[in-house]
This record gives sequence, structure tokens and C-alpha cells, in this order.
Amino acid sequence: MIKISKEFPGVRALNNVDFRVRKGTIHALMGENGAGKSTLMKILIGLYKADSGEIKFNGELVKFQSIQDALNAGISMIHQELSPVPYMTVAENIFLGREPRHKNSFWVNDREMERKTVELLKQLEISIDPREKMLNLSTAYMQMVEIAKAISYDSKLIIMDEPTSAITEKEVEHLFRIIKWLKSKGVAIIYISHKMDEIFKIADEITVLRDGELVDTVLSSQTSREKLIEMMVGRELKHLFPKEEAQIGDVILEIKNFSRGKKFKNVNIKVRKGEILGVAGLMGAGRTEVMESLFGIVPPDTGEVYINGKKVNIRSPQDAVKHKIGFLTEDRKFSGLYLPLSVKDNMSIVNINNYIKTGLINHKALEDDCNKLVEMLNIKTPGLDQIVNNLSGGNQQKVLIARWLLINADILILDEPTRGIDVGAKAEIHRLMSNLAKQGKAIIMISSELPEILGMSDRIVVMHEGRLTGELSRAEASQENIMKYATGMVS
Amino acid sequence: MLNIGNLNEVKNKTVRTNSYKIDLKNFQTIFILLGMIVLLSILTPAFLQVRNLMNVVRQVSLTAIIGMGVTMCIITTGIDLSSGSVVALVGVVAASFASDQYPLIVSIIIGLAVGALAGFINGSISALGGIPPFIATLGMMLAARGVALILSDGKPVTNISSSFEFIGGGYILRVPVPIYIMLLCAVISHILLKHTRYGKYVYAIGGNQQAAIVSGINVKKYLIMVYTFAGIMSAVSGIVLASRLSAGQPTAGVNYEMDAIASSVIGGTSLAGGIGTIPGTIIGALIIGVLNNGLVLLNVSPYVQQVLKGVIIVVAVLIDKRKKR
Repeated sequence: MIKISKEFPGVRALNNVDFRVRKGTIHALMGENGAGKSTLMKILIGLYKADSGEIKFNGELVKFQSIQDALNAGISMIHQELSPVPYMTVAENIFLGREPRHKNSFWVNDREMERKTVELLKQLEISIDPREKMLNLSTAYMQMVEIAKAISYDSKLIIMDEPTSAITEKEVEHLFRIIKWLKSKGVAIIYISHKMDEIFKIADEITVLRDGELVDTVLSSQTSREKLIEMMVGRELKHLFPKEEAQIGDVILEIKNFSRGKKFKNVNIKVRKGEILGVAGLMGAGRTEVMESLFGIVPPDTGEVYINGKKVNIRSPQDAVKHKIGFLTEDRKFSGLYLPLSVKDNMSIVNINNYIKTGLINHKALEDDCNKLVEMLNIKTPGLDQIVNNLSGGNQQKVLIARWLLINADILILDEPTRGIDVGAKAEIHRLMSNLAKQGKAIIMISSELPEILGMSDRIVVMHEGRLTGELSRAEASQENIMKYATGMVS
Repeated sequence: MLNIGNLNEVKNKTVRTNSYKIDLKNFQTIFILLGMIVLLSILTPAFLQVRNLMNVVRQVSLTAIIGMGVTMCIITTGIDLSSGSVVALVGVVAASFASDQYPLIVSIIIGLAVGALAGFINGSISALGGIPPFIATLGMMLAARGVALILSDGKPVTNISSSFEFIGGGYILRVPVPIYIMLLCAVISHILLKHTRYGKYVYAIGGNQQAAIVSGINVKKYLIMVYTFAGIMSAVSGIVLASRLSAGQPTAGVNYEMDAIASSVIGGTSLAGGIGTIPGTIIGALIIGVLNNGLVLLNVSPYVQQVLKGVIIVVAVLIDKRKKR
């Protein structure tokens, strides 16, 4: 790909980017979110059209008008967002768009399709029934099916956009075996990932993009983690976890003997004013579920909540809000933001009642308060009326935090507060958390990123399979002992 | 390394296929239908008479045929509100060519073409123009009715041949012709949905449009095909109705789209897309038809009938939803 440029309304997504991949190599593509990796790839497969620049494939100039063209030419892609059709079978999903048919007819040959699927899955050593409906598969298996699908095109170039985001370590190894096998057959792989370990384990070459521009292409054997991060961020990362000391006060929240079905059992957690409590654990350990129960979304079967030493009854989110608890959900687009609404609307949705005078909204008072928050949180938006969907992930997250500050929440539950936002915005969220703690707010932070847990928490509790297995002070905590508790090796 | 050389083993294994086995889980509504039939047989002896049953199915055929097209629209997360108006428009146009002057086939082909055109416009406006099908077909619902009234000057189009009347009013082996037409449409629709690429793509577009796009499917083309097919089905129904009424009535077919949508949804089609079958839709249409018939036989007041119909439709879907959970 030579001198590729692409502009979206208001954003220069790619600027004169050169990118080349050699046959039979594994080429990692890295960069912060918004660096232009996905856009570049979508141009390559014909989903977007470049404003300028050209693409050569196997030495020939190509112009893909559609995905179909790219697939025919031998380029396939595993998309980051899983794209299964839930009510169709594994075989139908894999052969979607090129179902085998009976000779000279329009009649789809289901039998042949299933036979080919069995063959393909067998070849990849993936044991899934081809007639299983996609919705019955776990996320990991769905991902494996997506991988199988991309491979089944017999492509000469396969793009994998964060293929390991939803699968476990065992499957990652499996995937790597498949990748190496493909490489040995001369297939080129473009591998997009944020995970350094994976990159160094598998990539031959690494290209880094930043803000829509090419930074460099290097051999993976001749670089290091630190160098890559520097290339990606364009600055040194001293301030990645700007945790500042805060005055830690009395216990503000205590939950006792929280249990709910098979999700979690006998969980006891205390948080103090000014404290950041990290909640660590593997996916599915029950961390989010505990917080959902605390917030009243799904009340616990048993258990008690004390706020400032007084027992309170929280059976619904309304109750939680009354007790000044704020909950930043894990998936901001799904259960947090109103994407088509404005910054102001998103901030005030919980607290609108306090701005109502004689039945109407007092816009002046509301806007004053919102503006203060925009300034305080350094939210980059042209104004309060900007549609939230147009903000970057980091700024969206800040809008959500502002929502809870507007009700003056004393206790903030942040579930994966920096997931899917880029390194720079991450640091800002972290700084903000420090500031809020300094103001005496209690923060409970669920995070699956150990560096974040270690960097930000005053105290850390670890969950494993629905139980609290460990508690560590900031001084005691290390990646190793958190992992021990998180995997249930000690408890 | 991967064990690549072991393919022979796989080839020997035959893959069983169950595509012809009907999965009862998907047709639970059939028990609702059977229950209604048993109940009505006990309550009124008139119900189980062959004549009455034939009548029910003949009436049902009109909305069931429309429902087959609508089902496809709904599977793609769309809807077609124009069916009733297209029925009237096609009726008027087909009746205009149904005199002894022309061979029968002319009127049928022109009728089907008008329906296909209406559907094609629906599909093109929503797929290419990016307008929600609800709006596009709402526009067609008004426009098609208007055109029907203009063409007929608001009056029924009569003067039609006896061969045309045979389509809706005739019998073959003592079974009304519309029932054969319904079965033919059902077989064609079912095969289209289950055994052709077209069908696979209809389900794929409804289940996950993004997945369909990245799999290289021309989604817009297939959406236009879906609405065109729905238009053709409305046209079939329109021709049958005009023939049965011995006239092209510009005011006919009012609310047919609602019965068709209800049939489809009662039959298990999900408005969220990706799910739905032709047999289900037919069962849904039969439930509505049997209900109508039963209430008449039981001398329930027409006002109360409406209320009961509304309640029973919602309850049927509710039961179906609960079972699926």
C-alpha cells in the first residue's frame, strides 16, 4: 500500500501511509486506538475507498470495489467485532457468501457444505459440530469459527484484527500453531494486536502507526517493548499511572456476606473515603456481578450493605443513586451512553430531577454545572450540545464519570474504566481518579489489566470463581501474587 | 505442528443431514392451533364440517400468501405495510385485463408485474435510499391505494371472464383453487428460504447485517429482491381476491398487511430479525382464520370479536416466547 490517505468528515484518518507485507511473513500492525490501523485494513479489503494512494498485491496494481473483490483476489480478514450470524449454523456461517450448490442449480448443497466444514475444522484441529447454531457457542469458539472462516478462503493474505481478544491462553497457542502453519504455506499474515507478548512471540516485522501516519516498520528481533511503546505514544510513559497520595478516611461502604446464586458467594468488601480499591480477577470471576448487585441492578440473594456505618437497603439502581453511588459500566456503549444524545443530556440523565423548576428544566443552572464538569474533567468537546457518538472513547468515558459527579456520588464503581481507550486518554482518566480520591471519594475499580490495578490501587482484592480469595495492600501487591489469588492457587 | 495429512479419515465419515426433519421446537404454535380446533369442535358441531373447514382455509389463503413475503421482510428486520394496498391495486389492474378480450395469462402476468414493481420500489427506496422499510412501505401503502382509486375512478372494475373467476372461485377435485395456489406459493417460498443462497442471505442479513457485508454479500441487492418477492406475493393474493369478488375493488384488502404480519409473528418470526419459517407463518395464518371462523360460529358479537382477536394474538406470541426461553 503506497501513500494511502483517507479523510473522514472532520478527521484525517490516514496521511500518506506506506505499508508493505512480505509473502510468508507475519507482520504486526500496532498503534493506539484511533491511530488508523483498522481504517488502513478496511481500505485494503475494499470496505472503504482511499482518497489517494494505490495498492499493489503480488506486484499488481489492484482496485478493490468491494469485499468480494478482495476475497476473490485472496485477501481475507478476521474482524475485531465478532461477526457471526447467531441463528445460523457453524457451516452456514463459514460458507456465508459462497455456499456450494448442486450442479447447475440454485439449490444449496447443505451436505457438501457440512462435509467441507468438517474437513476444514478437522484440519485446524478445532472440535465443533458444524451443525451447531452459532448462538450456542462460547465466545472463544465463535472466534475460532471466525478464524476458520478467514482461512477457508484459501487466501494469500489474512488480516487478523485482535484475534485473541476473546479467547483463552490455550486457544491462543492453538491459533499461533495455525498461524505458523499458514506461514509455512507461504501465506502472509497481518496481525493487529495490543498485546506485546503475542507480538514478540509471533511477528517477524512490526509496523507502528500513530495519528494516521506511519512511524516506522522494524524487524521484531531488533526492537524492544519500550521502543515500541515510545513509537506508539510518541512520548515517554512516565506518567502512565499518576497515582497520588490521598488522605484515606473512615470506612464509607461495607458489603457483608454478599451471595447470589452461582455468581458469587460470601463476598465481604470495605472501602474507605479517599481510597481506590482495585478489584482484580480473571474474566468471569464474578467481579462485575458483585458490583451489579451492590448497585441494585440484580439484588443479591443474601447480604447487607452499610454506608457510613448505617445499614441500607438497595434493591434497585434508583436506591443506589439515592445513596450516592455511581456505577460506570463495563461496556460504555451498550449500557452507559446514549450515543445519539448530546454531552449535556448524557451528563444530566440521572440527575435531571434536581434541575426542574415548576415542572420544567432549568437549562441555565444545568448548563452551568455541566460546563464546570467539562472544564474540571478536561473533556474535549466543542460544546455541551455535541453528540456523544462523535467524541473519542476517552472523552466518552469522562462524560460518564461527569454524570456521576453531577449527582455528587461519594462512591464510584468503575468497571474497566480504561478499556478500549488509547494510552494518552488512559493516563488522563487515571489522573482524574487520583484527583477524585483526593476529594474524599471512594473508588472501586474493576480492571483486568494488572499494571493498572497495581498502579492505581491503594488496596487490592482478588476474586476467583465467585469468591474473594485475597486482599493485598499496595505495598504487598505484585503481578505474581495477584495472579496466584486470581487463579485460585492460594486462597 | 498441525496434523495436516489426515484428511482421508474425515472423508470416510459421512455427515448426517437433518434438513428434512421438522424440529417441533420451532412449531410449538401448532399446538395452539390444534387446541383451538379441538375446543371449537366440542363447542360447535358446525366447525368440523368439511365445507366449513374448506372455507376457513380458502379465506386464510389470502393473508397466508401475503404473509410468506412479509415473513421474508421481517426476517431481514424489515416490514411491509403496503401489502393490503398492493392487493387492491393489483386487483384493479388485473381485473382491467380480465375480460374475454385477452387470454387469462395476460391479466395474471400484468398483475404480478405490477406487484413486483411496487415491491421493487419498496426495496429500492429502503435499501438504496437508506430509508427504514417501515416508512418506505408506509408511503407505498398510501400511494398504491391512491393509484388503485385513480385507475378505477373509485368504482369496482367488473366485466371479467369466467376463466378469471375460476382462480378464486373454482374447485379442483372439490378443493378450492386458492388452496392449491397457497400450497404452491408455500412450497416455492419454503424452498427459496431453506435451500437457496437467496434464503441463506435473507437469514444472514437479518441475523447480522454486518456479518453479511463482510462476507461479501451484496446486501442491497438481496433486500430489493426480498421486497420484490413480497410484492409478487401480494399480487398473487390480489389476483385471487379480485377473481373471488368477480371485480377489481379499489377498496379491497384493507388491513390485510396487519393480518399477514400477525400470522408471521404468531408463526414464530422474530421482529428482531434472523428467525422465521414459512410453515410457521401458515400455522399463524390458520390460527387467525380459525379464530375468526370460530367466533362467528359461536355468535360472538363482532365488537367482542375484535377484542378477543387482539388478546389471543398477543397471548399466542407470549406463550411462544416463554417456551423458547
